[in-house]
Amino acid sequence: MSSATVFGVCGAVVIGLGLYGLITSPQPLRKIVAFNLVGSGTFLIFGVVARRGAVAGLGSDPAPQALVITGIVVAFSATALAVALLLRFFQATGSATLRASAPPSTASDTSPG
Amino acid sequence: MSFQTALELVLAAVVLGVAIWAIAAPETSAAVVSYVAYGLLLALIWVALDAVDVALAEAAIGGLGGVLLLGAAARLRATEAQAKAERPGPAVCVAAAMLSALVAAAIAAAVLLLPVPAPTLAPAAAANAAATGMANPVTNVLMAFRAMDTVLEKVVLLLALVGIWSLAPDNRWGGNPGLRHQADPRGVLAFLARLLAPVGIVVGVYMLWNGADHPGGAFQGGTILAAMWLLVTMAGLMDTPRISSRRLRLVLVAGPAIFLTVGLGGLWFGAAFLAYPQAYAKPLILGIEVAMTLTIAVTLGLLLAGAPERSAEP
Repeated sequence: MSSATVFGVCGAVVIGLGLYGLITSPQPLRKIVAFNLVGSGTFLIFGVVARRGAVAGLGSDPAPQALVITGIVVAFSATALAVALLLRFFQATGSATLRASAPPSTASDTSPG
Repeated sequence: MSFQTALELVLAAVVLGVAIWAIAAPETSAAVVSYVAYGLLLALIWVALDAVDVALAEAAIGGLGGVLLLGAAARLRATEAQAKAERPGPAVCVAAAMLSALVAAAIAAAVLLLPVPAPTLAPAAAANAAATGMANPVTNVLMAFRAMDTVLEKVVLLLALVGIWSLAPDNRWGGNPGLRHQADPRGVLAFLARLLAPVGIVVGVYMLWNGADHPGGAFQGGTILAAMWLLVTMAGLMDTPRISSRRLRLVLVAGPAIFLTVGLGGLWFGAAFLAYPQAYAKPLILGIEVAMTLTIAVTLGLLLAGAPERSAEP
């Protein structure tokens, strides 16, 4: 069993776990964490593909590695944007629910200045 | 089963355990702590896969992501009770579990059935390494062979920051992002910030410089610099800058602007967009990397600081 197989299956399971959390967690922040798990499992499979392409004296194919580094940065900036949206939503409505039927809160925008 | 495979199986099992807790933990803050631990352990997997550049990026960004998510979890603590009440019923959970298991099994099967021999660009990257004068193949791909991706990534970072800033209420526009951190100026945190920040800045610059020939690079170095800046602001030694500051905005666009200028120069003088003249390839790439490191550090720091929450007028 090669390391590519072990970590490839690990990446697939992480994607499954993230998908499950994304569907079942009612808290939006936990959906963001779960979505990051899906992304990170995908990156891991990229890493496995890179490892399998190890030839010419390189331990790992550099092209997928570079794509993963770019992906990590983009995933982080998307996470930061999602968290900022969520915090602003909480500030404006006083709740963080995604339910359409939730009773509208009367809390207005009152952040300390 | 060799010793190495046994170690890898243990590592994979620990990573999966932490990932399960990041989904299943009853408290959001516990889930976030698990997620941070998951990121750090994942960096070990990247080392095992011989992708040290990715491991450095993963470890550095994992810490920053932890600060971001933990801060958000603390602010959203009041919503925990409502979220618990909204938990879906067993039927939805079972259906979701079956769907997720199916997706995971399909991807695992795809991983096991990958073509042999594996397609690879490693020989092409190794054969053209001399063109840039840098020995780190990942930096070569990021900065030269697929430089377009890196330009666009920097633009995405800026777009995310613009998106976060536009969430500011009208009367806070142009003000300082986040809340002012208060910490005991003679306390442990302030001491740590004074002690660690100079060392961290040297490590960040080393990481950038080293990236030409060894694992490291602009992104990893910039992330460490951002972490040091974050530590200093959290210790209350420094405040976040006003987003209306012209100097700040110049630093923010410096990296992408220099990158695009060099890219257009390649179109004007050379063969194509982002084609470096071979004699000047290394100095040009280093110049871009220095500007980008600064931009990345400031952008990541501001992404973490969030929307402006204090008005520009004192």
